[in-house]
This record gives sequence, C-alpha cells and structure tokens, in this order.
Amino acid sequence: MVITTTTGEPVENNIKEQLDDILSRYNKGRESLIPLLQEVQERFGYLPEESMEAIANFLKLSNSTVYAVSTFYAQFKLTPTGKRLVKVCRGTACHVRGGARILREVEKRLGIKPGETTENREYTLETVACIGACALAPTMTVDKETYGQMTTKKAAEIFSDQSKAK
Amino acid sequence: MKIIRLTINGQGVEARQGMTVLEAAQEAGIYIPALCSDPDLEPYGGCRLCVVEVEKMRGQPTACTTLATDGMVVHTETPEVNRIRRNTVELLIADHPMDCLTCIKNQRCELQKVAAYLSISERRFPRTDRSLPIDNSNPFFTLDRNYCILCAKCVRACDEITVVNAIEIVDRGYESRVSTFGDKPLFESICQSCGECVVRCPVAALVAKDAIQPMREVETICPYCGVGCGMYLGIRDGRIVSVRGSRENQASNGRLCVKGRYGIAEFIHHPERLSAPLIRRNGKLTETSWDEALGLVASRLASYSKDQVAVISSAKCTNEENYIIQKFTRAVLGTNNIDHCARLCHAPSVAGLAQSFGSGAMTNSNSDIGDAACILAIGTNTTETHPVIGFNVKKATRKGTRLIVANPRQIGLVRFADVWLRQRPGTDVALLMGIAKVIVDEGLHDSSFISERCENFDAFKESLKGFDLSLVEKITGVPQNQIAEAARLYATNRPGAILYSMGITQHSHGTDNVIAIANLAMLTGNIGKPGSGVNPLRGQNNVQGACDMGALPNVYSGYQPVSDPKVKEKFESAWGSTLSPTAGLTISEIFDAAYQGKLKALYLVGENPLLSEPDASHVREALSRLDFFVAQDIFLSESAELAHVVLPGTTFAEKEGTFTNTERRVQRVRKVIEPLGNSRADWLITCQIAQLMGGKDFDFEHPSQIMDEIAQLTPSYGGISFERLETGGLQWPCPTKEHPGTPILHTTKFTRGKGKFIPLEYKPSVELPDDEYPLVLTTGRSIFQYHTGTMSRKVKGLNIFKNEEQVELNPEDARKLGIADDDTIKVISRRGEVTAKARVTEASPAGVVFMTFHFAESPTNLLTNPAVDPIAKIPELKVCAVRVEKIVQPS
Ligand code: SF4
Ligand code: SF4
Ligand code: SF4
Ligand code: FES
Repeated sequence: MVITTTTGEPVENNIKEQLDDILSRYNKGRESLIPLLQEVQERFGYLPEESMEAIANFLKLSNSTVYAVSTFYAQFKLTPTGKRLVKVCRGTACHVRGGARILREVEKRLGIKPGETTENREYTLETVACIGACALAPTMTVDKETYGQMTTKKAAEIFSDQSKAK
Repeated sequence: MKIIRLTINGQGVEARQGMTVLEAAQEAGIYIPALCSDPDLEPYGGCRLCVVEVEKMRGQPTACTTLATDGMVVHTETPEVNRIRRNTVELLIADHPMDCLTCIKNQRCELQKVAAYLSISERRFPRTDRSLPIDNSNPFFTLDRNYCILCAKCVRACDEITVVNAIEIVDRGYESRVSTFGDKPLFESICQSCGECVVRCPVAALVAKDAIQPMREVETICPYCGVGCGMYLGIRDGRIVSVRGSRENQASNGRLCVKGRYGIAEFIHHPERLSAPLIRRNGKLTETSWDEALGLVASRLASYSKDQVAVISSAKCTNEENYIIQKFTRAVLGTNNIDHCARLCHAPSVAGLAQSFGSGAMTNSNSDIGDAACILAIGTNTTETHPVIGFNVKKATRKGTRLIVANPRQIGLVRFADVWLRQRPGTDVALLMGIAKVIVDEGLHDSSFISERCENFDAFKESLKGFDLSLVEKITGVPQNQIAEAARLYATNRPGAILYSMGITQHSHGTDNVIAIANLAMLTGNIGKPGSGVNPLRGQNNVQGACDMGALPNVYSGYQPVSDPKVKEKFESAWGSTLSPTAGLTISEIFDAAYQGKLKALYLVGENPLLSEPDASHVREALSRLDFFVAQDIFLSESAELAHVVLPGTTFAEKEGTFTNTERRVQRVRKVIEPLGNSRADWLITCQIAQLMGGKDFDFEHPSQIMDEIAQLTPSYGGISFERLETGGLQWPCPTKEHPGTPILHTTKFTRGKGKFIPLEYKPSVELPDDEYPLVLTTGRSIFQYHTGTMSRKVKGLNIFKNEEQVELNPEDARKLGIADDDTIKVISRRGEVTAKARVTEASPAGVVFMTFHFAESPTNLLTNPAVDPIAKIPELKVCAVRVEKIVQPS
C-alpha cells in the first residue's frame, strides 16, 4: 500500500527531498516560519515531525519553538488524518445500549484507537460525547453519514474493505 | 547614570534611569506582588499582579513593564489595584493543587506569598480538576504541570539566558502548557539540564529532585571548568545539600551549567572518596597512618638524586597548592622536573601568545564577549565545554553579533552561525592564513594599528603568498567563497573576538595554530578593546592558575624563567636554597624518562594520566617501571591504583584557596565543610612532606599566607591578597595593592612592547590516514562529563545522560563499514584498540570519527598519537589515523 500526499506523491519515501525543495524557496528569517508550515502542511496534509525539525534547522530555531507555533494555530495538524472521519458516540443513551461494544468492534476492525489514523490513511477514529441522534442509539457517523441502531455485525460490514486492505 | 525621583505611596524614592517602577519599588523596600518578573529576564507583563496606579496615566499599568520617570506619582495599594490582584490570584488557584503543607515549595512559594499578602483565604471559583502528566524523566528535576501558573519564566530563561529553547508554551487557550518538541519527555529533548528554568519557577512546577533546605551557605567557585562560575554551596548537618549561582560573581552573573548545579555534592560525599593514606604492602594498597605514609614519602623521595625525581601538579588544585608544589619541587627536591596537564591543553597558547604578544592568556573577559560585533569560534565546542560562556556567545548572536564557526564537526554553535567553515582536522594554519590573505588582498586590514602597534608585518605579508585560496581549499576542504565570506565578516565587523580551545592547541603544530590566530587579530586591530581579542578558553577550573603559579618546567610563578640569573637569585634568597637554572622535563618527557628507567620517583597530584595522556599503554608501562610512585588524589583513580603510596587530598569544598579562571580572574575558594574522613588539604600535605625533608618556610597555617608569599614574588599577582578577594575576584596583572586588576590585556601596548607578526607555513598532521588506517580520529568532550570522569562519573544523574563512549561516525562511512547506531565497534590505531558503541551522525564529517576521553572502559588515549609540538610539547590528541571494524556479536 502506497501512502500518498494530497498531490498524489508518496509521503515517507522522499520527505527529505521534498522538504529541501520547499525550503529552497524561502528566506532564512523567522518571518518564513508560518508560510513554511502552511506549505508543508499543504504538501503532506499534516506536519510530520521531521518537517518541523528541518524547518527549525533551516530557520536556526529550536525544534521546540517551531512546535510551539505549530500547536498554537488551529490550522496546523500534527498527525495525519484519514480520508474519512469515523465518530463513535459515547453519549449516555448510546452507552446504555452497548456503545462501548461498538467502539471496541470499530477499534478492532480499523486496528486503531480513538485519535489515531489507519496506516493507509483511509480512516481517522474519534469519539464524541453525543451526536444528537439518541433515538437511534447506539450510533456512529462516517463523514456526513449517520448509522443508527448499530450492532457489532453492522460495524464489521461497514469496515469490511478495511480488513481486506490490511 | 542619571538619578530620577519619583513618589511611591507618598514616599520619595530615588531610582536610576532605565529602571522599571517595580525595580524602583523593590529597591526602596516597597513590596509589589509579582509572579512573572525576574531581574535576569526581559520585562514580560504576563501575570498582571504587579498592577499599580500612576497619576496622569490611564488604567492600571503593570509595574514591571512601566519605566520609572522623574516626578512620577505611583500608588501600589489602591482598592482597585488590590481587587484586580485578588481576582487574578483567585483564578490562578482555581486549578492549583493547594496541598501547600506537603508541597516541596512550602514557605518558598511565590504564589503562596502573594495569596497571603492579598489575604486570600478561600477558593471562590469552583475547583477545575485537571490532572496533567508529570515529567519525571530528567534525573535532576521534575516538571509537574499541575502546579504551573504559566508565568513563562522557565521558557524565557531557556530562551534569554541559555538560548537553548528546549521548552516553550505549546498549544493554546486552556490547553497551554510548558512542553518540549513533540511533547516528548525533557530527557529526550534538547534540554541541557542547566536548571536555569528550575531556579526561576515561582511555584512547585519545576523543582529539583533532591531539594533540601540548607542551614547556611558559603560562596565559592565551581570546580568543573575554566569559566569559574561563582556559586553558593548550602550545608546542612555537615553535608552539602544545595547549589545556587552567585549573581554577584562577575565571571558568571549567577549562571551555572548542569555539572556545576547538579554535579557537586554527590562526588564530594561519595563513599569511594579516599579517607586514609594507603601504602603498598605485599603488593596491596593498605590503610596506614599519616605519620607512616608521610615519613615513607619523605625518606624515599630524599633517597634519589635531583634528576631522578619529578612532580606532576594539578590544574584542579588551588593556586596556593600549585605554588607550594612547585616550591617544594624546586627548593626541596632541587629539580625543575615539574609539569601539569596544561601541557595537554594550552601549552601552545602560553608559548605562541608569548611570542606574538608577550603573555599567553585570554586577552579579554567572559562578559565582554557580548560586546563583539563578530565572533570567530575556532576549535572550540563552547556550548559543551564552557557552557556558561556558550550562553554568552549564543546570546550575542541574538543581539546581532555575527558568528563564524570553524570546526570539522557540526557542534551546537553551528545553529547560530552566519558561516560554518568545516575544515579538515589539522588544517587550521592553512585556513587562518587563507582568511588573512583575503583580508590583506582586499585591503581590509587595520594599517594604522599594524604600523603603530606591531612589527614584522612585511615578512608576514610575504608568507601569505604561499596561501593561494585554491590551494587552501584543497588543503582544508573549505570552499573558497566561504573562506572569503568569513574573512570579510571578521574584518568588517569590529570589534571581533576570537575564541578557541583544544581544537587549535592539541596538534603537533599547535603553537603555529595559536600564532596564526594572533596574526589574524593583529591584522584587524582586534586587540586591546572590549569585545575583541584572542581568547583561549581554558579547560580545567584552575589550569590558568597552575600555569601562573609556575607548575611548569621552565618558569617560576608569573612566568619568570628559571634560566634568568636575576630571577634565580630572587627566588634563591626568598626560599633560602640553591635552585637549578635548567628547565626540567615536560609531562611526556617525564613518562618517557620513567619508561627508560632514567626517572625513578614520581609525585603525582590530582591527575589521571592513564586516561588523559596519549598512548596510554606507554604511560601504564612507564608508571609501573617507577621505583617509587606516590599519588595524591580524592579517589583511587586508574593511575593512583599503580602507586606505592596514596595520599588522600580534599575537594575544593574542604579547603581555603583561590582559583584563576580562564579570563585571569583570581577568585576565592572557601572551605564549606571539614575534610572528610582522614583526608587533608593538598597544600598541607605537600608542606608536611617538605618539612619532613628539611624544607624551609613551609610552616604555613593558612593559605592566605601562601598567597602573601606569591604576591611578594610574582609581579602580576603583586596586589592580590585574600583580604581584597573577599569583595570579588581580581584579574591579573594586578601589580599593586591599589591596582584594580586588568579586564583587557594589551590596551595601549603589548606585554612585549610591539605585537609581533610571525610568518607561518602549513605543516600537515604527523599521522595522516592511509590504506591501512583510512579514518581520522579526533577527540573532545561532553557537557555531562568532566575530564577523565574521576569526579563527574561519581554523579549518577550525569551518568544517566552519558555513561559510555559513543564513537561518532558519518553515515557514509557507517554504510561502507556496515555499521548502524549502537553497534559495538572496534577503533584501531597503530598504538592500540578500543571497543565502544557506534553513533551514526551527520555531525561527524565523512572520513572522521570522534570520541571523548571520559571513560576508562573505552580509553580513547590508547589510540592517540604522542607526537608532540616541537615548542609547546603538546601531543597531537586531535588527529591520528584509525581503522574501524564492526564486532559481530555471537547471537
Ligand atoms: S534545564 Fe536549561 S536547557 Fe533545560 S529547559 Fe531548563 S533552562 Fe532550558
Ligand atoms: S513551570 Fe514554573 S516557571 Fe514555568 S511557566 Fe510554569 S510556573 Fe512558570
Ligand atoms: S560553566 Fe564551568 S564553571 Fe560554570 S557551572 Fe559549568 S562547569 Fe562550573
Ligand atoms: S510581574 Fe509584572 S506582570 Fe507579572
């Protein structure tokens, strides 16, 4: 499985070359920091650690300083996000009707914990306090689509492509 | 400075121009609550507790960011001001743990103090519970974010004082926290563990792990390096329990590095400290009485002829001790066979600068490095070896100082450099002459300085012809345009300071390297002004002093030659004995003579030549061939293990005396605790041996009396006395009681009159790589260890950072050899082989491997080349040819 960037190039393969290419177009002043972070994020979809290190080196800043700026602005993502966002509800209603079991099943199917992204960058998993569809509990969403009255079997079906992909 | 007058709470207050309202109030004894201000940090205005009201100003400005002005009328206690403060503190404590009684900061907490001042007695806001991860990874301190009030003092200290920037306030809003790159544990971050953040934290968020409150404190000097930082050692129940930087100290202004702050108490109170004299009985070192040990030493030393004995003194010992040891060697043993480890570090500085300027010491001061418009740091890994001077250099670059780093390795300073010249090890003469050539060719030299203050310029200029830039590029591997850029930077940004260290001196042409630096400084008129100069950074705490005191084979104290009849006469009449006019043996010659059986007896004080000398197997053999070998030390070092008699000396904390730091500042070392066990101060031991051997005038009762004798016989120390040093250090030359000391040398004329340009030729290192030994080994040091590790390796926390040798090699070489990180490898030279772990890093250039010499398990100096500089006799520790092999471990 090849992991690709938003521009369709493989990410981890030549991250260094791509960074060099980006850096070569900037001044070494601190004013370049935010534009650089933006361009790197645009290229990779997030800010890989080695990119922040490279930017720090280039601008003669410490890695922590670059990290502080990256975490200060909401626009920057420090972890890769998948193409699709899965949210499993942990509200009271869902909880009473077995929401925890659903979450466990989804975790098993995707092989990740909440807050993480599958290795192939297909899915990012999150939990939410309540999605406001308590009548349908237990519930789950994938992007804009809501799934109600979930069962473990249903969850397995929804992510069947994922288990094959792995 | 202009004095201004203002009124605070109806009271007339005087302040100096530039002071803030907060500072003015504090100086007048008026308390204003403040949680984010610090005298060493820029005003921040973050906590908003120091709000005041100023007549004719709107609102409530923060006193820490408001400049005091003439006629200002300030009120610090209005109801509105106190309402704001109370509100602020109530918000701060809303999510503060409030377990004050059991908190390590109880009674010393600034938040507690402020809350008490504002009479806050209950939580008004509901407690917001949060439990943040505690970072326990650093061996010396803990970061518990649950206590943090986000005053950012730690972050600002790491930014403004140390310029490491290991910690920052990351994230935003309610999630804001003090953290490192990637929220990694501090231990895995770039933190250097200096603790400058810890000492400033107002609450219990950053606290030292072994924080014990001292009963009393004594001011003294750090024993770990030549920066000579001032420190207060805290004592409780006969033990050293705390260390605090001394802000009054002019060498360091209160700064300390990891070794000084956290590496002291543990080695002093270490169970392995020698506590009784030992003598060898039936091949085994056994405890004995002082009387027996001293009696034996005296009678055995007396049994040899003058040229059969030698003494090696110690750059860790005080000035008084070094003076006594050389006096004993010369007046009692009757020989000039005395030397110390300066031979291995800065002998070329002493020899080279004496030729060029007339005196061989750092020309300027630690504090004026910040005044330089350009700094050339060549052959010095300043941030590792002289950390507090490293702070100054980095800080200077923040304020616009241009920095040129010349170093084969990618050292910490490279991140701050405008230009990084990556010369091949051992090619510095070519590089420096190349730079000089550009300066002369482009007319950037200081002609009036050269004609008024210097001589022999024409011959020097002629010798530059041999250094065509294309040739220099070929020799050094540095591209021509970089050489030219560095030359222009250094010549046009004046004043320019040159800093250097062992990367320059430890070569078979070390003296030439030093002269090349002196030439360059004279060429640009960079001598005798603040922020300029030639600044050899001395390694050990008192290596400058040991040289000054004449623990050298050719000079008495103050560099007075033993061969000068007038000098000889002076010392003969002062000491009442006949002295030898011929120079004695240097360290390497001492070991050669012992090896050949010509030298029979050695008195070794506070040194560990088995690890510090080149070609260690030769040294071991030499030591074991000695007929009588007495070692005086605080631990049974690898060398002392071979001795016939071992005498337990004391650490710096158990005796009175002085150290002279790298900037020639003589500073007072004070007795903090009594000598441990049955150990004795080193000066006393030597005096007692001398007296047993019939030496006259060794009946000193206190080191201050020794200093009085030094002052009498040493012109540059003539005005120095313990009494004067009570109020602060003095920089030599300080010839009279009234003289204020000399922060900058050669201001109006050179010590030798005119500065002498000396033409140079490039000489390659003695041992160059070849087919059999294709790599260059260069050596250096780590911030977390000191010298041969006798002291620093006794400190557990320092060992956690670095406790084994790591051979650094370039990825390219590693790939060719099939070596990966942490592989066990063998480094082999013509003299021996050493096993250690590999560390693959771009910091090492291709073709070069790097090792330190701190670790007895991987004795790097088995490999190094004893070839010496013909003048300074320093061995070529920085360049030798090696081969590296991977050890295939049986799986
Ligand atoms: S210990 Fe020193 S380097 Fe580490 S975070 Fe604190 S100030 Fe910075
Ligand atoms: S850790 Fe201490 S110094 Fe740092 S921001 Fe928090 S309270 Fe202030
Ligand atoms: S810089 Fe040197 S003198 Fe200062 S604390 Fe560190 S080791 Fe001690
Ligand atoms: S001390 Fe002035 S705002 Fe904190």
